[in-house]
Amino acid sequence: MSSNQTHHRERIAVLFFLLCICVAGLMGRLVYLMLYRSEHYSQMAEDLHERERTIKAARGRILDARGTVIATNRTVCTVSVIYNQVRDREEVIETLCRELSMEEAAVRKKVEKRSSREIIRTNVDKEIGDRIRGYHLAGVKVDDDYKRYYPYDSLASRVLGFTGGDNQGIVGLEVKYESYLKGMNGKILTMTDAAGVEIGNTFEDRIEPVPGNDLQISLDVNIQQYVEQAALETMERKGAKRVSVIVMNPKNGEIMAMANVPEFNLNDPFTLNVEEPAGTTASQRQELLNQMWRNPSINDTYEPGSTFKIITAAAGLEAGVVGLEDRFSCPGFRIVEDRKIRCHKVGGHGAETFLQGTMNSCNPVFIDVGQRLGIDAYYRYFEQFGLKEKTGIDLPGEAGTIMHKKENMGLVELATVSFGQSFQITPIQLITTAASIVNGGYRIIPHFGVKVMNADKTAVHRFSYPVKKRIVSEETSATMRYILEQVVAEGGGKKAALPGYRIGGKTATSEKLPRSLKRYISSFLGFAPADDPQVIALITIDEPQGVYYGGTIAAPVIADIFKNILPYLGIEQSAE
Amino acid sequence: MAKKNKPRRFYDYSLLFSVIFLTAFGLVMIYSSSSYMAQLKYQNASYFMMRQLMISSAGLAMAIVISKLDYHWYAKFALFAYLLSYVLMIAVSLIGKEVNGKKRWLGVGPLSFQPTEFVKIALIVMLAAVIVQMGSRINSWRNMIAVMVLATPIAGIVAANNLSSGIIIMGIAFVMLFVACRRKWPFYLCGVLGLGVVATAGPLAIALERIGLLKAYQLNRIHVWLDPEAYPMDGGYQVLQGLYAIGSGGLVGKGLGESIQKMGFVPEAQNDMIFSIICEELGLFGAVSVILIFLFMIYRFMLIANNAPDLFGALLVVGVMAHIAIQVILNIAVVTNTIPNTGITLPFISYGGTSVLFLMLEIGMVLSVSNQIKLEK
Repeated sequence: MSSNQTHHRERIAVLFFLLCICVAGLMGRLVYLMLYRSEHYSQMAEDLHERERTIKAARGRILDARGTVIATNRTVCTVSVIYNQVRDREEVIETLCRELSMEEAAVRKKVEKRSSREIIRTNVDKEIGDRIRGYHLAGVKVDDDYKRYYPYDSLASRVLGFTGGDNQGIVGLEVKYESYLKGMNGKILTMTDAAGVEIGNTFEDRIEPVPGNDLQISLDVNIQQYVEQAALETMERKGAKRVSVIVMNPKNGEIMAMANVPEFNLNDPFTLNVEEPAGTTASQRQELLNQMWRNPSINDTYEPGSTFKIITAAAGLEAGVVGLEDRFSCPGFRIVEDRKIRCHKVGGHGAETFLQGTMNSCNPVFIDVGQRLGIDAYYRYFEQFGLKEKTGIDLPGEAGTIMHKKENMGLVELATVSFGQSFQITPIQLITTAASIVNGGYRIIPHFGVKVMNADKTAVHRFSYPVKKRIVSEETSATMRYILEQVVAEGGGKKAALPGYRIGGKTATSEKLPRSLKRYISSFLGFAPADDPQVIALITIDEPQGVYYGGTIAAPVIADIFKNILPYLGIEQSAE
Repeated sequence: MAKKNKPRRFYDYSLLFSVIFLTAFGLVMIYSSSSYMAQLKYQNASYFMMRQLMISSAGLAMAIVISKLDYHWYAKFALFAYLLSYVLMIAVSLIGKEVNGKKRWLGVGPLSFQPTEFVKIALIVMLAAVIVQMGSRINSWRNMIAVMVLATPIAGIVAANNLSSGIIIMGIAFVMLFVACRRKWPFYLCGVLGLGVVATAGPLAIALERIGLLKAYQLNRIHVWLDPEAYPMDGGYQVLQGLYAIGSGGLVGKGLGESIQKMGFVPEAQNDMIFSIICEELGLFGAVSVILIFLFMIYRFMLIANNAPDLFGALLVVGVMAHIAIQVILNIAVVTNTIPNTGITLPFISYGGTSVLFLMLEIGMVLSVSNQIKLEK
């Protein structure tokens, strides 16, 4: 027994020795792993743990000419669900349905979807977001986010445009100035656990977001509001489809107001501003939305009609083919080649001077001026005035001019073009060209953007709009101002007259195509003061009911607008 | 025998305290490694720690009671326990609870346990009793084989759905036989062969797979073992995450509680892979300290076995020693990717009720043997 014991002792000692060898080997392995391979594995582990999360940059604000904020940001929440962390799915579904007023099926589908993170809804009001946060539901995340907010709701809606889900500009100035407004998102590098949940109190690397630049535009909220109100009132009174008004500084092209009523609510751009017809399909609805978002002053063309006589007159005067006292006679029509083109006054205006013909808006007079110029010269002036090009306004989607090709133009076409028919231009093109004729004769670029600046105003970038080449002489410009002042003082634009101010202008009543429908666009283009224009305005009333003459229904609206905005702009009444 | 004047008896407090220390340290590490996930899963950061604390406390109390009993008394139950382990293993493969696709749990109402742990202790007692019965006849080939024959069928059944436990059981039998027999060369031969297999595992596995002895998934496991970074998603995930943890520990670690790998990266960090979290938080320093405490424990086993009043006691201690040593070595070897991945817990530290309970009972047996050592004047 004892010898046995001795053997056992020896073998147990051998066993212990062998175990020690094994343990020593393992320790060696640990030393290798933890000292020599440490860097390699730590780096791999860190790559696994780190997560990049973006911090959204605040979008720059849009300010009006006087610094009033017309587009800003509001804090909203994004509600999302992390599948792995949800404990009570039913409770989460029930709560989210109730708080977000969503369909149960839609919420259930998202909550039960196996994904690392499923967004249930974006742009949730902060109040609701805070309430959901208050439930402390496991797996439900509420993140703060920015949402574009327009304090004036529908003000200049078709000009400003709105932003999409990622706060990116979609239409209007928001998309045109996207690169300035959007800013640069920041980053947070955080450590996360295996389910992707951030771990508190760990090292955090943060790159701060750079907020977008503020954009100051030439639009003036007060003028815009007044103009929108006037336009809306006109639209309702005349039962019109649409009324657009542009108010611009003719000297530098700064647009002070651009109203296109009906406007829509920028804070709710996916709700139609008209009654939705029953049985509208999704694609029809989208079409209606697209129509609602359009800016007809820029995106749509029309036949300008008599307001275009400004251009024909200026071309005639510039070429010297006509003078103020040249005599014309109007029998109520003019025959060009084989066509009999009527004047709006059936009985004719009889004998008249060029000045009187313009005051009467007499078609035969302008047909004659056009014919005197001839196709070549007329076309040259058309191009010289910049009518073939776009105006270059800082809004997306400007429509081009629809004009006869020169080689297709005969005398009949020339005659109709002379008094503003058979071709189409945008309202912005008309007002810009007219402004360039009366401002002393140089072509301007219409625009909204004035400058961009960072939040603390330490860096400012002013946009420059080079004045383009002269299009008519100073003399022609002065003559045009005189003629157009006479149109308002004693001619067809009488109703635009405003006591104490010298107003120039021209009326128009264009027939929409097809002419058989007898639908009209009434318009009036006016500027003040007539001797030194500082404001120019164009109103277009689409399909007014009842009386449709531009001189009767459009001119008084401009007079009313001028009456209010001229004193506001500090333009003194003249002594006369 | 010596009942007239009670001799002073030895009691290995060093062993007892190292067990208590390891268990307490284990509880701290279980809390550290599981609190984050436990909070997420059960809203109770100390969920795993509290369960382990209750079972360890109960186990420790039972160990102390057993240590006061004469270990010869339960030799009587050796055969019964040995047969019972067959019954349990057959029962578990029929009506066991399936967890992660393996039937390893036998449940009665809310209580459930892993019978493999019972098998280990039953086998230790059974083999010790049988070897003692054989006396010096153990040195004959016939009897050596007979002893292995006792161990092999039960190990086979265990290995059927828990390969690592089967290996441990065979290991225990192997070690006990090694100590009991005079003939040594067959054991060394086995050892050398084993090392050879490990050294040439790659090519060997491919050859074995070709001739159909190894299944494709097993071959895959070998490949993962040889180059875990090539299989970061399938197979290699657990090992690689463990290596990340060990590697990020460095010399002194990130500090207790600072592990990031425990946050769901290392799956069930409080179980088999807990040693990797120890490495991450306490560094090489902490890891080596833990290993040294285990080594000290094994050293105490050796002392007790050497001084045991009889062969039965010595073999009992050797069996327990084999069990704990094999588990510690295999666990650390797996975690450090020294051998292919297989599920083995780290004694006293890994979370696991059955494991810690039966380990405590084994410690009770060892202490009981130590308590029978008479101190000479």
